Formats: sequence, structure tokens, C-alpha cells
Amino acid sequence: MDYLLTEQQVMIRDLARKIAEEKIRPVAAHYDETEEFAWPIMKILADSDLFGVYLPEQYGGLGGGILDMCLVTEELSKACGGIALGYAGTGLGTLPILLHGSDEQKKKYLPDIAAGKKLAAFCITEAEAGSDAGSIKTTARKEGDKYILNGTKQWITNAGEAEIYTVIASTDKSKGVRGASAFIVEKGTKGMEFGKKEKKLGIRASATREVIFTDCEIPAANLISREGMGFIIAMKTFDCSRPGVAAQAVGIAQGSLDHALEYARTRVQFGQSISGFQAIQHMLADMGTQVEAARALVYATARMVDSGAKSVAKESAMAKLFASDVAMKVTTDAVQIFGGYGYMRDYPVEKYMRDAKITQIYEGTSQIQRNVIAANMIKESIKK
Amino acid sequence: MNIIVCIKQVPNTTDVRIDPVTNTLIREGVESVINPFDAYAIEEAVRLKERCGGKVTVLTMGPPQAENALREAISLGCDEAVLVSDRKFAGSDTWATSYTLAAAIRKIGDFDVILCGKQASDGDTAQVGPGISAHLDIPQVTYVKKIEEISAEKAKVERMTEEGYDVVETPLPCLFTVVKELNTPRMPSLKGMMRAKSAKPLKWTAEDIEADPAALGLDGSPTRVIKIFTPEARKGGEMLKGDTADIAAELAELLKDVVI
Amino acid sequence: MASITILLDKCTGCTLCVKACPFGAIHMANKKAVIDMAKCTLCGACVAACKFTAIEIKKDASPKKDLSAYKDVWVFCEQKKGVVQSISFELLGEGRKLADKLGVHLCAVLLGSGMEAVAAELGERGADKVYLVDHPALKSYQDDPYTEVLVRLAEEYKPEAILCGATTIGRSLVSRVAIKIDAGLTADCTELDIDAKERLLLQTRPAFGGNIMATIITPNHRPQMATVRHKVMKEAAIDKTRKAEVIKKSYPEEVFSSRTRLLDIVEEIGETVNLSEADIIVSGGRGLGGKEGLALVSELAKVLGGAVGASRSAVDADWIPYSHQVGQTGKTVCPKLYIACGISGQIQHLIGMQSSKVIVAINKDPDAPIFKVATYGIVGDVFEILPALTREFRRMLNK
Repeated sequence: MDYLLTEQQVMIRDLARKIAEEKIRPVAAHYDETEEFAWPIMKILADSDLFGVYLPEQYGGLGGGILDMCLVTEELSKACGGIALGYAGTGLGTLPILLHGSDEQKKKYLPDIAAGKKLAAFCITEAEAGSDAGSIKTTARKEGDKYILNGTKQWITNAGEAEIYTVIASTDKSKGVRGASAFIVEKGTKGMEFGKKEKKLGIRASATREVIFTDCEIPAANLISREGMGFIIAMKTFDCSRPGVAAQAVGIAQGSLDHALEYARTRVQFGQSISGFQAIQHMLADMGTQVEAARALVYATARMVDSGAKSVAKESAMAKLFASDVAMKVTTDAVQIFGGYGYMRDYPVEKYMRDAKITQIYEGTSQIQRNVIAANMIKESIKK
Repeated sequence: MNIIVCIKQVPNTTDVRIDPVTNTLIREGVESVINPFDAYAIEEAVRLKERCGGKVTVLTMGPPQAENALREAISLGCDEAVLVSDRKFAGSDTWATSYTLAAAIRKIGDFDVILCGKQASDGDTAQVGPGISAHLDIPQVTYVKKIEEISAEKAKVERMTEEGYDVVETPLPCLFTVVKELNTPRMPSLKGMMRAKSAKPLKWTAEDIEADPAALGLDGSPTRVIKIFTPEARKGGEMLKGDTADIAAELAELLKDVVI
Repeated sequence: MASITILLDKCTGCTLCVKACPFGAIHMANKKAVIDMAKCTLCGACVAACKFTAIEIKKDASPKKDLSAYKDVWVFCEQKKGVVQSISFELLGEGRKLADKLGVHLCAVLLGSGMEAVAAELGERGADKVYLVDHPALKSYQDDPYTEVLVRLAEEYKPEAILCGATTIGRSLVSRVAIKIDAGLTADCTELDIDAKERLLLQTRPAFGGNIMATIITPNHRPQMATVRHKVMKEAAIDKTRKAEVIKKSYPEEVFSSRTRLLDIVEEIGETVNLSEADIIVSGGRGLGGKEGLALVSELAKVLGGAVGASRSAVDADWIPYSHQVGQTGKTVCPKLYIACGISGQIQHLIGMQSSKVIVAINKDPDAPIFKVATYGIVGDVFEILPALTREFRRMLNK
């Protein structure tokens, strides 16, 4: 299918694909097993200029948009959704600065991110604030020209590996959701520590840790936009990053589908290739159609975001909801096609199934996505 | 440091197959790629530039489409590119090819190091690199697997041998042919790919490089191909069938004379 | 300038030439053949293929040189640490046949330091003469002095053919010599023959990764130079009664000078059995899945007293060092028995081992190309077959 990509986007996608095939695929199982962070791969992505595809040229990026980031994330995820998260998670952590940061803040932080010299992470979730993101308890108290942060963020992707953290903390408890603000915190700041690396079902190559702030002092200049903007910044960030998660889901789904197709061709039972059986063929057909549909929705949404549309919340949520559900279904079917071999860790598909699950959970569970979609649909119908 | 890398665009021999019916080469769908060994030469050239400063000029002798190989080399970090192309080069053997490349190098001007891949995957002769250094009368070290030290005057390198390696010191300017053990070629970068797209390689003809016509192409080649044929295909033999224990026993029996 | 033309009145549009061209340089337009000069290398495959003699290659009739002064077949005998390498004996074996067909002498060329006693050995291997240049500077190979000496010898004694091993030394050396003395050089010949009437050395070698063979001649230049890979030709038998005439040459000091300096020779502790010399090789490829799979290969090799080989996939995946790699970019081997385990048989690998006497292939893919060249093929799981084979051979060989 022709996705009507620009020449630059084709170049970006093909390069990401090449790196995924030649560099990530051979080591994916190793990193899943050891749960190490794939720094060598991050270096290759950095040297190839891929970290900056969605960042403006004036900060060392390539001037592309969310679609470009999705193309990279999708290709990398075909080889390993966990390793891809080192890249995609950095995108998430960078968006608050890109969308709402001041010129000084962009000048200070974006070039290193575009060059892949520093990774980023986004910190909002806490033990008592998952879907209910408004209940965050991490505080940021202003004292002169500083803010003092206290609290613990949980399940933060890239925590401990990233240098740059965008953190949502409460500056005014009394205002509830409207009392949250967004800050930039650099690794190594006194009072910032990381918890142990979490042991996960999937995306094991991704580093997930707590981020613990204990009287952590940061300069007041690290406040993004104004006090009280934290939640809006978070929501706008998710609007742009959800297509990225959706792209990761599409990549994972496609990767597992590719494996399943090859296996179906070569596996012989009852005297013939199992790809000749209608049962298998129908499964493959459904898987293929769903992945294409998911991809189409992701690209359309990303294009919409890049076109500067004012409201993209509904579409982003739709893309993430649909693609993650597709990923879960397709990867499960892929394991089924592999049969007994699909259940064995020596074969690649079970990893895809384990990796797919998280896409239905993080950056807003599928249930939250449905809330967002319905709320927007109802709002739109009222306007009519 | 002025570094020159000589590359060749070759058919991707992993794709080249024999048509079982006609017993001839299947050429459709076989893409042209940079000769695999040259990828290591390009990488080392770019590393030398990063190590010592300077610029890398990539050079190839070939048909007009060889320009794609030059662009790929630019995306990997080469600065300038030269394509030497002329109908007069048709039929060149390694003598004429190394003569032509040497003439092009003389026109490029001053250089400190010339890097070549050990051999090309279509011809497999490994003669052009040493041929160039002989035409230019500069010292050479072949099968370089590591450049330990390098300065404007000399270099200390490891030359791979059948038993291990030799440590050789050579004055500059010189020529190295390189092997895979030397480095791991990098991925192209997006900025490199964009530079490659807008690059304008120099295009030289036989006249531009002031080559002696008698030394070019078929006429300048001491060797001549008189016959091309597909090799006698080694035929498949017997397929052993049965369960594992039986097969193992049968094979052991069949191989008894060979093994004892 | 040489040229190629399609004789349009003879061309019937049968497309045999299109199929014959290894460079894809011919296509059909209006049912007539058209040659793309950008791709044509004037190799002549199309001329041979055309049944209607509709293709003509015109070469500039360069004046045929008088080459009658060139006589004798030379073999450059490579020595390392004072020991003549076995490739030299293989070349002497082949060289003897060629010299006999031409009715000339077979001469060995030996460069080194303190090599007088060794020179006599070469007579026992069939050489009629030995040109010996003995000098401390020639103890170990260096490009400059070796090139200069060989050039001078060739210019003085005018051999009509020089054979050399396609080794790291050989290839570096003769490539330079060929340029300096304006000689034609063909690399990696798998077959050598003589056209006695024209006094031509017929040099046959693989191209395109071994997919096609080319026969090459050097019609108008002397000497005709060719390199041959290890284990392709048969070693000359030793005849203790044979004696060669040893001609010692000396040269002024500057001939032995070298721009490069050899600082050290490092030998890396090799594996127990040298792959190139082995009579039995058990080889592992991607189908083995990892180092554990290769352990099964090593086990069988040990029981059989053979060497362990590997395909490029296994080496690239870091399961085994490069010194074990068999194939186009690895070693060429010619053992009596080659057992390929989990190796698909890509052409790059086949090139390195297809002249093995007996090939056994074990692979779970019935369509693997390796089965097309295997003497005995087994479609099955290497993880089951290898241990079973190891048990059988252990029993048979009482190990």
C-alpha cells in the first residue's frame, strides 16, 4: 500500500527499518532475557540522526513531525517493542518542552535530545495516581528562585537511563487538577533518586523505575509555561504521543504477523504447508486487515496532529485504542499459528504477545481512551 | 589528511542465481550494491578523517549508474565523489582498471592514504588495489586488519596472514587494502543521506584523466576472456530417509571408508 | 578501440544472447538485439551464444608481438620461516604438466635467507631449475624487495608463464609484479591448461561468486601470470632421484631496500586442527541456533578427528571465530568429507567447499540449496541427528 509519504519520510522509514533488521533483530532476544538497557542501539539511532526527526531544524532536528516519529517507532517495534521504547519514551519526555517550553528551554534541552546525546522521560504516574492522574501527590513548593520537589513517581519509562525528565507536580493542592505544573529536572540533581528496575511481563528491554524526589531543588526557570498548566501540558502531550504508542502497537503487530506468515509457509502438517488450510488463511487475513486498518488510522491521526489541528484528543485516543487492541489480538493469533512452538521462549512470537499488552495500558488505558473518545463525540454532537 | 577510497559497484552476489532450466545467470531483480569489502574501506576512511582531520574523496570507475554507489558512500560520511566513466573503459581487466584509477588519483591530486577493499565480490581477483599502488609507485600494505598508529609521515598497521598477523610500518603516502576484521561499518545517517541526495559527484572521462588510450579498456588489457560457461553443476546425491537411529546407522556405514 | 556490433540482417530476435550476457547488457527492441555499451564488458559470451553469428566483436588489431624469446614455466615458491609452503608443491605438480605440454623447463623461484638446502628439495618435486636469491632482507616477505627481485629475474630470464599461490603473500606480490612488467595476471585459477599451438596458458577461474566460469588468456603479453588457491591442484610427488640446477642470483644492495618495515610476526594460537589441511570437516551454520548447537558439531568433529568449520552466519553471530569460516569470504577447503549441519548452502558457502569429495548435508528445510550438491542428504533436526551420528561413529571408531 502506498502511504503517500514524502521523500524524506521514506528515507527515514527505510533507515529505521534497516537498523531494526540489521542491528536490533539479532539482539532482541538477548535484551529481553537480560533486561539490560540497549545503549549500543541508542548510539546507532543517535548517529543516524533518528532522534531528531520530529524536532525543529533550528534545534538540530530534521523538521519533521509526529508522523515521522511514528514511522521510526513502528519500524523499530517490528524488531523489538522494548528497545524501541528507549526512542519513543524519549519522544514522550521531550514533547512537553517542544509544545510548551520557552525559547530558552528549547535551546537548552532540544539540541542534545535531537543528537541522541541525552534521552528523556515523562513523569506523571504515581502509586495512587494512574488513570486518576489528577490525584498526583508529588508537590513542587516555590522558594525564592527555586522549586522544591517532593514525592515519588512510579513506572517511569527510561527512568535512570534518561538525562532529562519532564515532571508533573502539584504547585497548589487546593486547586486540584488546575494546581498541577510541569517541570524539567536533570538527572544528577541532588534529591533525585531512582528505584530498582521493575521486572515486567513484557518490553523487558525498557527500563522502568520509580523516580523519587526528596527536597529536590530545581531552578525556577525549569518551570514549563506557567503554574497551573501542568495538566493541560500533560493532556496535550498525550494527544501527540498516543499516535506514537499506536505506532509501537502497529509495529509489534506487524512483526508478529511477519513471523506467523513465514512459519505458516514452512510448517508442514498432514502432508502440506499449514498455509494451505483455510483456518490458518482466515486468521492471517483478519490479522493482515486489522494491522493495515490500524496503520491507516495511526498515519491519518499523525498527519492531523502535524497539520496543526486544534483538537486531536478524540482521534489520538481512537488510534491508540484501536491499534493496541489490534496488537493484542494479532500477537495472540500469531502465537496460536505457531502452535506449541509459539509457546516456547526459543521462538520469537511469545515475546511479541507479552510486549503487546502494555500498549493497552500505558499512556491511558483502553478504558480511559474510550472515556476520552465518548466525551469528545458527545461534545461535538452538542455543538451541532 | 587527504584520504581517497576506491569503491566498486557490483551485483549483489547473494541474489545472483543460476536458472536451473537454461543453466544461465538470472540477472533480473539483482540489485547493485557497494562491494562488501569496500564498505569497510569507506568506514575506515571516515574514521581516519574523524581521527586526524581532513577530507575523504570516494572514487569509482564504472558505468553511469555507479553514481548511486558514490551517493551511498557520501551518506556514510565521504566528502567528495568522483565517477570515472567512459565507453573507452569497456573490457578493462585489472591491469587497465588499476591504470585508469591511478590516473584519476593523479588528477585528484595530493593524497596521504588510499583505501581499497581487499577484493570485489564479482571479480574476486584482489589485484586492483596492489595494481594502483604499483602504477603510482607507492608503498602498500594489503589485508590491513588494524591501523594502530597513523601520522602525516607514517603508519603502523596489522596485516592479516594465514597464521595471525604481521605488524608493518609504512611511510605515507601509501595504499591499504582492508579486510572485514578492520571495523564495523556504520549505518548511514539521515543528514548524510540528505547530503548525498544533493551532492554533485565529479564526472571524468578518459580525456579528463589524461589517460593513454592504449592502456584503456579491452585494448589496454593484457588478459582476455575467451570463454564464459556455467560450471558443471555438482549433482545432488541420495536423500537418506527413516528415523533418526536408522539414518545415523546408514550414514555411518556409507562413510566407513572415508572415515577410517 | 575495440567494438561490438549486432549484425541486424542476421539477428532473428531469438534472445539467446540476452540470456547469455552475465552483465544484463542486452535487451530486445523491435525484435532485434540492442547492446547497452555502458554495461557491456566485451566478454564475448553473447558471441558464443548466438547461433546465427549475428554478433561481432572487433578488436584493434594490435601488432602481434614477437614473444618467442619467452620460455619456461616458473613457480614462485612461497616460504615462511624457512619452510616452503605446500601450495608451492601443488603448483610444481601442475607446473610440471604445463611445462611438459609446452616442451620447456619447469623452474622454481625461491627467495629467502639461508635457503640453499631447501632449494634442493624443489628439484625432488619436479623442478628442472631453481632460481635462488638469498639475502637477509628476504627472510620474511616484504613487498618492495620481493617485487624488485622477481621483476629483475623475470626481465632477465623471460619466463613465458609464472604461477604463484593465491595466498596473502602471493596475491600482494604478483599483483605488483604484473603491473611493473606489463604482464597479464589471472587470480584464483581452478584449472590451467595449454594451447600448445599458440603457446597459450588457458586460465579458468570462477566469477560472480562462482556462478559462472571464465577462461582467460594473455595473448600478447609475457609472462602469463596466474595464481592458484591452496588445495585446488595436486601436490607434486617426491622423487628423491631428481635433481635441479640451482642458479644463485645476487643483486646490488638497493634492490633489497624496503619502504615498509616488518616490525613483528604474530601467530595467533590456532585451533587444534588446521581447517585448510583437514581431511574431514564438520561444519555448522545458522540452523544450529547458537553456541550450544555448535558444541554438537565440535563433538562430532572430535570423534571423527576432523576440523570444525562454520558458515558466515555462524561467524557473524559470534558463535565461533572467523578462522573457522568456510566460503567466499572465508577459507576454501577440499576435504575428503564435509558434513554441513544447519547450513542452507548459499552460493557464497558452496564456493568454499563444493569440491569436497563427499558432502553430507543435514538441514530441516527440504528446499535448502545444499541438498543440490550433497552426496548424502538428510532432512531432519540437527539436534537429533548429530548426537545420533556421534554415537554411531564413536562405536565404529572405538572412541
